[in-house]
Amino acid sequence: MSNRYRKNLLVCNGSSCQQASDADLVAFINFKLKEYNLEDGIKVVQSVCSNKCSIGPNIIVYPDNVEYSKVTKSDIDDIIIEHLLNERIVERLVFDKENGNGVAPIKQYRIALRNCGFIDPEEIKDYIEKDGYDALAKCLSKYTPEEVTQEVIKSGLRGRGGGGFPTGLKWEITSKSVSDQKYVVCNADEGDPGAFMDRSVLEGDPHSVLEAMAICGYCIGANKGIIYVRAEYPLAVKRLKIAINQAKEYGLLGKNIFGTGFEFTITIKYGAGAFICGEETALIHSMEGFLGEPTLKPPFPSVSGYLKKPTNVNNVETFANIPAIINKGADWYASIGTEKSKGTKVFALAGKINNVGLIEVPMGITLREIIYDIGGGIVNGKKFKAVQTGGPSGGCLTEKHLDLPIDFDSLTAAGSMMGSGGMIVMDEDDCMVSMARFYLEFIVEESCGKCAPCRIGNKRLHEMLTKLCDGKGTMEDLDLLRNLSVVVKDTSLCGLGQTSPNPILSTMANFYDEYYAHVAEHRCPSGQCKSFMLYYISEENCIGCLVCARKCPVGAISGEKKKLHIINQELCTKCGVCMEKCKFHAVHLN
Amino acid sequence: MWSLYGKMQVSCSSLKLILYYNFMDTISIKIDNKNFQVEKGTTILDAAKSVGINIPTLCYMHLHDLNTTHNPTGCRICVVEVVGRKNLALACATECLPGMEIKNQTIRVLNSRKTILELILSDHPTDCLICAKNGDCDLQSMAQQMGIREIHYKGEQSHYIKDTSPAIKRDMDKCIGCRRCLTMCNDVQTVGALSAINRGFMSVVAPAFQMNLEDSVCTYCGQCVAVCPTAALTEVDHTNLVIRALADPTKTVVVQTAPAVRVALGEEFGYEPGTIVTGKMTAALKDMGFDYVFDTDFAADLTIMEEATELLDRLTRYINGDTTVKLPLLTSCCPACVNFFEHQFPEMKDIPSTARSPQQMFGAIAKTYFADKLGIKRENMVVVSIMPCLAKKYECSRDEFKTNGNPDVDYVLSTRELSRLIKQASIDFDSLIPLEFDHPMGESSGAGVIFGTTGGVIEAAVRTAYETFTKQKLDKVDFKQLRGMDWIRESTIDFNGTPIKIGIAHGLGNARKLLQEIREGKSQYHAIEIMACPGGCIGGGGQPLHHGDSNILLARQKALYAADKAKVIRKSHENPSIQKLYTEFLERPMSEKAHQLLHTHYFDRSTHVEITKD
Amino acid sequence: METIKSVADLHKIRTSILEAKQKQIVENDNKKLVEIKVAMATCGIASGAKAVMDFFREELPKRNIVANVKQTGCMGYCYAEPTLEITIQDEKPVVFGYVDLKKADEIIEKFIKKGELVDGIIPIKYELAN
Repeated sequence: MSNRYRKNLLVCNGSSCQQASDADLVAFINFKLKEYNLEDGIKVVQSVCSNKCSIGPNIIVYPDNVEYSKVTKSDIDDIIIEHLLNERIVERLVFDKENGNGVAPIKQYRIALRNCGFIDPEEIKDYIEKDGYDALAKCLSKYTPEEVTQEVIKSGLRGRGGGGFPTGLKWEITSKSVSDQKYVVCNADEGDPGAFMDRSVLEGDPHSVLEAMAICGYCIGANKGIIYVRAEYPLAVKRLKIAINQAKEYGLLGKNIFGTGFEFTITIKYGAGAFICGEETALIHSMEGFLGEPTLKPPFPSVSGYLKKPTNVNNVETFANIPAIINKGADWYASIGTEKSKGTKVFALAGKINNVGLIEVPMGITLREIIYDIGGGIVNGKKFKAVQTGGPSGGCLTEKHLDLPIDFDSLTAAGSMMGSGGMIVMDEDDCMVSMARFYLEFIVEESCGKCAPCRIGNKRLHEMLTKLCDGKGTMEDLDLLRNLSVVVKDTSLCGLGQTSPNPILSTMANFYDEYYAHVAEHRCPSGQCKSFMLYYISEENCIGCLVCARKCPVGAISGEKKKLHIINQELCTKCGVCMEKCKFHAVHLN
Repeated sequence: MWSLYGKMQVSCSSLKLILYYNFMDTISIKIDNKNFQVEKGTTILDAAKSVGINIPTLCYMHLHDLNTTHNPTGCRICVVEVVGRKNLALACATECLPGMEIKNQTIRVLNSRKTILELILSDHPTDCLICAKNGDCDLQSMAQQMGIREIHYKGEQSHYIKDTSPAIKRDMDKCIGCRRCLTMCNDVQTVGALSAINRGFMSVVAPAFQMNLEDSVCTYCGQCVAVCPTAALTEVDHTNLVIRALADPTKTVVVQTAPAVRVALGEEFGYEPGTIVTGKMTAALKDMGFDYVFDTDFAADLTIMEEATELLDRLTRYINGDTTVKLPLLTSCCPACVNFFEHQFPEMKDIPSTARSPQQMFGAIAKTYFADKLGIKRENMVVVSIMPCLAKKYECSRDEFKTNGNPDVDYVLSTRELSRLIKQASIDFDSLIPLEFDHPMGESSGAGVIFGTTGGVIEAAVRTAYETFTKQKLDKVDFKQLRGMDWIRESTIDFNGTPIKIGIAHGLGNARKLLQEIREGKSQYHAIEIMACPGGCIGGGGQPLHHGDSNILLARQKALYAADKAKVIRKSHENPSIQKLYTEFLERPMSEKAHQLLHTHYFDRSTHVEITKD
Repeated sequence: METIKSVADLHKIRTSILEAKQKQIVENDNKKLVEIKVAMATCGIASGAKAVMDFFREELPKRNIVANVKQTGCMGYCYAEPTLEITIQDEKPVVFGYVDLKKADEIIEKFIKKGELVDGIIPIKYELAN
């Protein structure tokens, strides 16, 4: 096994780097290598995005692991002469110096995802090898439940499902509820559009969740754990089942765990995919076999939850952090993140971003770092417009928020929310009114229908937004829209309704001009709303060939041979076929 | 001196009590900048009410004596501002905390309430003028109270298939999602016919799988109808059919009026609850053209004759060591109870008495004995019942109560429908001169009258059974131990040395408890009376709406006992018309003829839905 | 069946896992051990990771390469699925994205056999907590 190449040049093949480049770098470097007679010892390899798109094009020299950024054609000679021939780093092309040696800065830090993608989730030995079940062993053999709870409190971990309630405090409250039976519930009813953090953890590292649930059970005095998981996650369910069985076989679940007398069992309950069942009271009702509808808190589940017994409900990601906290200590965990939001957060990047994917970053990272460094920038080099965080309950953050350090409180202050970690990026082509309408459509679909403001209010909000997108809105509608949004937010029963108008309120706050344009100027600034499009046939170019009339799927074009054709705007569905088919460029779009 | 000392001691301790009470159990809160002392543990709604501030509510319902508070926190009309809280708080479900500052009159609160009400109205038909609940609708009065003049939010309205069962009509377009019906059906009555199904804008209260009410386990007790704030749930209206029958010269229209009607009908005409309006009611019915105005109480006496005989028969056999005999005997007058055990306790269908209900006995006798007397065919006789009940509408449509397709009872009007009919006929109820019932089926004993309240049927049965069993005269006919409003009552009556254990339950939820005890063999009753509606027929689903005010029920109950007391004849078997009926027609209780006309049998209506598990 | 009855048992199992690996290396004539992890979360499987994993499992023995091919969860590179990570003993792991069967073949022939990098490398950009 001998590598005939001394060094490799890893040229980023990401679209952002390609766009930023002044040439086909790969071809150019190969040409240059030939010039220097180096083609036998050096190989150019195209790499997948290296996550530093803002300073692309990037080239990594392997195995030295030196990364050069903003590389142009004129820099290649330097790299070859200095680095490849003389082993000297070209300092001027090294952009990130804090880590020394030009090694790329590390933006991601994986705590919850520490095993995801590294271990075989269906093999408990893999997990054990990676210090698995050490945390549980440590808790049971060395600490009292109070001590463990205090450790979790000290770590500053806050609920990752969206609410951000201090996890340790929740455990403490549940532990103080007196009852003959208590429950630990893992909320795996992930429902935000575009979010897949929990699914990834369950599919990649189910044991960490089981271990954390047992630790939680030890702290609060529960011997039963239940995982409420969406039935639409068959692979997660399969791997969870395997993990539970393996843990049972090894005696890591069941009676007398580690010979300490502690008993803990875990069962799975399936959710039918109702978004509202992510709300903890609705989730509990669903588990009990009742309609998945929220009820007023108090009583909180920590006092009266599943089967009216004290129940501690935590999200998958929250649990996944616990073993690491126990193993490495609360101080370590608390050293990561911002003052009030400790640790890391997993985000699911989606939308108009190059590197769609799952990332885990320390709290306090800026949006710019996420979008441009990790996310690889906006698809096709378009202009960033906004990012929706917190799913349909969140709000949009705009350009002015790009340098905002992200944590629970800063996002709320900016009119959005952390939510469970969905991040949908929008570019200049996205219409913010349409975007708000999309989220309201989701909410209308997912509202449970119990309280009037959410049941009818969101429906009316959606109808009003549709009216705006259809070009039929009035200025009065904008006032009504705002008023209704405020009332729905102020009066709804649960978190779903209390946050559902956020997409409207935040887009109205940040992009009022777009709303105004839809109503007063009868146009959609981003050109996304079809109803504002107007196809027409110009007199100069139309030769009366009848092609467009024949191709129109709805028969909206009339005209005789060799005479000007006319589009009936009432019938036109703005499909654009006429424009596409006309060879004479007679069809125009305004 | 001693006595004075004693008094002082009492007053001292009560003073201490008051001080203690003040110190521990009241808290001070502020509503709209005024300070109030309110009881600890109360909701903002109750606290405000106690100091004269009526916060508007829509879905909230408090049934004091049912011990049921329905606050699903769904309508959100009762929102108030609590200083320091981010969102508005619900008055009906937020407990007052010491020092709480509540604002009930801010623009934020008023705008929210109005907006929410407009939203509800935007999904509600605005056909108030021709609505069955026009003038008696909570939503209508709320819109009036809030001064709604325009519905700013317009859009799609939800539409559902209208479902008409023999007794109850469901028009879910008019449902506002208050879910009071759910509380009645599931929590109070434990019938479980209704549940909330679907999500979001399409969420609706319906039987499982959106089946028709008729196919569900609904008992037609009508308690859902009684609490529905709008016309989403209403009774099936028979008034027009009755008007048509009255106008048909070929028909002889006979009407019977149930005992509970006479003590409640007055409420619809502004009389105090518990006013007995028997005579005025009879006069009104006569005015409207009913040919014969009779009394269901007559049939109640007849029921006792059959039921008491059946009870004694079973008792005697039991005492003589017959192990096959089924005890306890369950009264069978309440059609909702019959539906209830046919659906939910089918294995116990041989326990109830086979005696038909008074309504059906009346119909059977009217269309045979009385029709013969008049010399008319049964087809030309129309029997109308005035009932406090909606299940009676279903009962009269049962096949076993028909002869060649002709029902023994043709139409059933609820008390509410009767009041509407009287109003339609332009009758001034106030100025009516009371009239007596017609003969022969208008004569009744006091025992028949008390059928209308919980405990009444069994008391009536005991009065007759005692004398038949012991062959001794019963002097004290008031069995106080069987009366009252407690949900489940039990008592042992001494039948001259033989203790007879009696159980009573009203409200189907309580009936379920009692039936379960019997099923599990835990109870040793000889006879049991169950009534589906809280309070018995006086609280029936067809009565004037009592809005959860149990004082109204108590007044109606008191009136029935007063009417019983006013009767000269207090025992069913002493009713001369009944005695005459037996000598002329039926021979004796439980005779073959009696069996044919006055008894029935029950069916297993339970449906088993099998859910396969993986 | 090993069961864990005490904390010591847990450590014992961990030691035995490491020993088993060592044993495998020895049995393999002390050749460098190759470990291939295929990201087999829902997203990976949907993009064809299963076929790639099966390919490695079938082809490697045929080409006389001893390797541990195993599935793992999401690596986070949704945009580059199917992804896999190859660790040649004593060397840093290398992650490849957009691995189809053709690329898999290239990886075996060039990277595994000769240690030569091929197109489609994903530079690792995170730090791990363990």
